[in-house]
Amino acid sequence: MKTIALALQELHIGLRNRWVLATTVVMATLALSLALLGAAPTGAVKADPLAVVVVSLASLTIFLVPLIALLLSFDAIVGEQERGTLMLLLAYPVSRWQVIVGKGLGQIAILAIATVLGYGAAAAALWLRGDIAPGAWRAFGAMVLTSVMLGASFVAIGCLASTLVRERATAAGLAVGAWLLFVLLYDTALLGILVADQGRFVSKALLDALLLLNPTDAYRLFNMTATESVSIYAGLAGPGDPKALPPAAYIAVLAAWIVAPFGVAIGVFRRRAI
Amino acid sequence: MSAIIAQWRQVTKRYREVMAVENVSLRLQAGETTALVGHNGAGKTTLIKLLLGLVRPSAGSVSIDGANPAGRRGVRARHSIGFLPENVAFHGAMTGRELMAFYARLKGAAARRNDELLARVGIADAARRRVATYSKGMRQRLGIAQALIGEPRLLLFDEPTSGLDPQSRQDVYETIDRLRAEGATVLVSTHALAEIENRVDRVAIMHRGRLLAAGTLAELREGVRADVRIRAKVKPGTRAKVLAAVAAHTRSVESVERTLTLHVSAEAKMPALHALAQCGEQIEDIDIVMPGLESLYNHLTGAPAPPT
Repeated sequence: MKTIALALQELHIGLRNRWVLATTVVMATLALSLALLGAAPTGAVKADPLAVVVVSLASLTIFLVPLIALLLSFDAIVGEQERGTLMLLLAYPVSRWQVIVGKGLGQIAILAIATVLGYGAAAAALWLRGDIAPGAWRAFGAMVLTSVMLGASFVAIGCLASTLVRERATAAGLAVGAWLLFVLLYDTALLGILVADQGRFVSKALLDALLLLNPTDAYRLFNMTATESVSIYAGLAGPGDPKALPPAAYIAVLAAWIVAPFGVAIGVFRRRAI
Repeated sequence: MSAIIAQWRQVTKRYREVMAVENVSLRLQAGETTALVGHNGAGKTTLIKLLLGLVRPSAGSVSIDGANPAGRRGVRARHSIGFLPENVAFHGAMTGRELMAFYARLKGAAARRNDELLARVGIADAARRRVATYSKGMRQRLGIAQALIGEPRLLLFDEPTSGLDPQSRQDVYETIDRLRAEGATVLVSTHALAEIENRVDRVAIMHRGRLLAAGTLAELREGVRADVRIRAKVKPGTRAKVLAAVAAHTRSVESVERTLTLHVSAEAKMPALHALAQCGEQIEDIDIVMPGLESLYNHLTGAPAPPT
């Protein structure tokens, strides 16, 4: 009950300071331009436009959603402490885990609203323009759902950064570092290792395992393989074999990337002196 | 004897290099108002944080309603606590009314009384404005309103009057008087000693992390034996005579024209008054000034006595 009250307050603040509006507009703009411009050439080859959009939106998501999630969450604890509102909050009959979970849920809700509305706008635009294969809707729905999950995992990571440090600036630095690591550097580093290694030590199984240590890779592999038509267009968008694991496994990995950072954040926050 | 509602037992709190609180034992009795006085950095806020479970003691123990404030039962105990932090801050984007609704939900209290509380602290007109537009005094009033949500039995006010204008200070004191009359237990940390001294049942004096003294004002006076001041107005030309009569009982004397101010130790108060009485008609008027909180505090902390 109190967790819900905390989540609603977070959402309320998000609506009030126009975070929800801004992120929805950004995501809708980018999704619409990808949908309308990116799907244009497919008409000639009779490809399903929605399947193409799923691939391109998934690539956009990998960059954008973690960034928005981290921007939302890095401030969660350390910001309240710096503003002096955390002491009052914790003087109320709430447990520390409720503060973490409540704030996390509120921020995930903000992200979910922006994702569903933003990407939904793109889907609606395509639907208005003409026929879409029924299977593509499932792939699109799964993409939106996993996008929210990816965002949730980075909300959890940002929240953890927020509980680990004493200053907002440090938390912001950690959040930027997390984004660089998971979104930009990790895959490049893996590819680099593969090239240098020439298949001597890094087996295919090890590579697949290594990819699961990064939530963005789990997200990418899931969406590349979501449906037959999608995987055709996905091609070689990154390292890894999407068929190595069943789709449910990638969902489980994403879920673990949500639960684990929140769990660590709760443990750290409980010991934190205010 | 009334029930103990909160207690610190031989509590020590160290922050890495700083000893914030050292071996403090103190109790809050139900229905009593206690003033926690001391300099900035004397450990007052740390004592309050310990009671709220915001920090844990390095040694010793703290209990609230018999529970450890940092534990699960401590969370429940906070239902009956109202807290006003020093320099209270709120999320500026929300209105006073919205924040009260949020805090009432966290306390499991009905939101019905929120408007009444806002009216009681005098900011009903600003209830629908964003808190970012509030003045410092209005924020403080909102801080008091949220502390009163759910009719708490224990109220903790940390420096409630710092930085406020005289009218707001007066309003804060009236709120405390009212709570006291209603039977709530109140802890007020402050360094506005003169303003608080007639509004509290007990005083606890903190200095550099140590508890120097605790008790009622009368008990403290007894324990400390700070000087009593006797002010006597004498007839013209009799000053030397009167001075000679009381010289044996006084520590020091200041005289301005016909007014003599005698500094007398607590035991010598009655002998000095008898001596003055024997001067008969040479004395026109007598005032006795008992040591106030401020002079007790200065006496205990070794600060120079304030000018008379």
